[in-house]
Amino acid sequence: MRKFLAKAYIWLILVVMYAPLVFIAIFSFTKSRVLGNWEGFSTDLYSNLITGNMQGNASLMAAVKNTLLIALVAAFVSMLLGTIAAIGIHNLHGKKKKAVTFLNNVPMINPDIITGVSLFLLFVFLGFSQGYLSVILAHITFCTPYVVLSVMPKLHSMNPNIYEAALDLGATPGQAFWKVMVPELKSGMLSGFILAFTMSLDDFAVTFFTRGTIGLDTLSTYIYTDARKGGLTPELRPLMTIIFLVVLILLIVINLRQAKAARAMEKKFKY
Amino acid sequence: MTDKIIDIQHLSKSFNGKQVLADINLYIRRGEFVTLLGPSGCGKTTLLRMIAGFLEPDQGTILMDGRTLDGIPPYDRPLNTVFQRYALFPHLDVYDNVAFGLKLKGTPKDEIDKRVRKVLKLVAMSDYEDRDVETLSGGQQQRIAIARAIVNQPKVLLLDEPLAALDLKMRKDMQTELKEMHRKLGITFVYVTHDQEEALTLSDTIVVLNEGHIQQIGTPTDIYNEPVNSFVADFIGESNILNGTMIKDRRVSFIGHDFDCVDEGFGEDTPVDIVVRPEDIYFTTDPAKTQFTATVKSCTFKGVHYEMFVDTDSGNELMIQDYDPYPVGSVVNLYIDPDDIQVMRKERTCNVLEGVWNQDTIDIEKPEFSLQTEGLKLPGRKADGDEALQPGSRVKVEIPFGSVDLLDDIDAGLTSGEVYFILYKGDHYHLTVKTEDGGFLWVDTQDIWDKGDLVGVAIKNKGIKISACDEEA
Repeated sequence: MRKFLAKAYIWLILVVMYAPLVFIAIFSFTKSRVLGNWEGFSTDLYSNLITGNMQGNASLMAAVKNTLLIALVAAFVSMLLGTIAAIGIHNLHGKKKKAVTFLNNVPMINPDIITGVSLFLLFVFLGFSQGYLSVILAHITFCTPYVVLSVMPKLHSMNPNIYEAALDLGATPGQAFWKVMVPELKSGMLSGFILAFTMSLDDFAVTFFTRGTIGLDTLSTYIYTDARKGGLTPELRPLMTIIFLVVLILLIVINLRQAKAARAMEKKFKY
Repeated sequence: MTDKIIDIQHLSKSFNGKQVLADINLYIRRGEFVTLLGPSGCGKTTLLRMIAGFLEPDQGTILMDGRTLDGIPPYDRPLNTVFQRYALFPHLDVYDNVAFGLKLKGTPKDEIDKRVRKVLKLVAMSDYEDRDVETLSGGQQQRIAIARAIVNQPKVLLLDEPLAALDLKMRKDMQTELKEMHRKLGITFVYVTHDQEEALTLSDTIVVLNEGHIQQIGTPTDIYNEPVNSFVADFIGESNILNGTMIKDRRVSFIGHDFDCVDEGFGEDTPVDIVVRPEDIYFTTDPAKTQFTATVKSCTFKGVHYEMFVDTDSGNELMIQDYDPYPVGSVVNLYIDPDDIQVMRKERTCNVLEGVWNQDTIDIEKPEFSLQTEGLKLPGRKADGDEALQPGSRVKVEIPFGSVDLLDDIDAGLTSGEVYFILYKGDHYHLTVKTEDGGFLWVDTQDIWDKGDLVGVAIKNKGIKISACDEEA
């Protein structure tokens, strides 16, 4: 009986958590304009997404493109910056190391809205024209700490001598970095990239304050304006479903990789 | 080409104000197997890392084949290193690890292939080419690390405690193999270890380091049989270290008896340190041979031999190793061959300190403390009638080892410090105490202290000698 209750509890939580997603996914297969009306099964909304021939606002696809472009560029640049920063922090000692690690953690705890407003004020103060570049810079700002955080553990578990071993075997510092450090840190860098990508993907507050007035929309700002104009564009339903599935797959991939890495570590310490 | 492949001149290095190496002068001959031996923190790894180029010396230079290595980065130095924890590249397989250096140099592919196979054969790892290095055992990883270094045909191979992470049996096997490899390759090996047995087994030359100073350079037999000071004698092998007096050439007195020895040139009635190895004290039943008697206190079987502790008739404790056991409590007759008595000049016979005389006190400079002058014998007037000491004049204070007292309470004495090094001298302990400000005091005591104990230091007014410092000094 107890076992049954425990199981029922878990299922209840799962249902509450996933019901909205399932709801959206189900209603992505009907043409109704208003969410909640079932007008028979149809895949029209999916084909509309692909053809771009929308019932609602056509700039949805532009917002999707912007979102992906910004997320990719921001995640890539964050990955490079974060990795270099992590190596730098790793080579510090004592108080300095603690201080810099702390400074790295602050932007992650800092509420998005504050990051957004401060960046907005900074761009205005510097007279920096707001648009693509300001949004990308802003996203890099809040993504980089996450990369640092995912690369640091790799550096900790790395044999401290392998960089020196590469130099010893005739590699210049540059060669040692690319041929030894990067392959060693690769998995941490990739995790950092994926994390940064998803952080950028669902950011609203920072984007909203730094996108300026040129009419740049990402998915989150698009939905915000769209909802205020009255009713969500129906094509959002299949889009949400697709995004959810992609994120789910990414998550599974990351988890599988981590499990594999953990097994490899176990194997290593058996000797 | 000179015979010296590496010539280290006046090398010094400090980290955060702490001197790790002090004015090291050392040369290494071509093809030699040289071991840098010392306890942890003696500076041996720092020295190796400076030869490899990972650290810059503060002062001094390292010459290789007569040319300076100053400013030459590690990747341009014709030497390779085997690291303590192997430092293999985990993302590469065995073959690519070994080929790493050759690929960087742009060696043709078929030559890389030939050379990699050759060294893998040399380290007996031929069948492991495609293996992931993380799946190898410690010993196998070490072989790959060696192969990865020697495939580049370095002029000098540096090895940083390469066997420290292996278990005892594996370590012994690898020692034999390293020695064999050194013979086959003809490369100069510079080997760092804290394991004295390993050093004795492998080396052509041993360099004993302590506290950033070279203590002794010599062949393993030299170092073992003729240690130059009590540190080396204590660090290498088991030994009885005793206080003695050189009566005259070839005649020495210790443990209350006079012995013939082979040492000369110490002068007459000079205090010396004596080292007698435990295997060099012999049992005899012949009264004519007997030099002294002793009572067996304990007897322990150690595999090949028995290790016995005996109390001599003069109250000294000696360690003796012999193939035959003697029952505890029995009185035995002992003798020592003149050849087996190693006489060493004492590094110091008392604590010599300097300070400033201020009538009531003498302010000693290092270690920093004030000594009350009341009751101390001060130097008299000089020949010209002036007082020998004026307030503020510099004085030399000599404090016998026995006049320094160690206290449990670190705040009770004149200064405090840490027991830094302990030497058992048969009937007392000779301790080195490092004070908080980095000064040293040497103490003779009957009490048992442990290394690292924090102690207060008091000075007994007994046998202290005070003299004015020479003007020019």
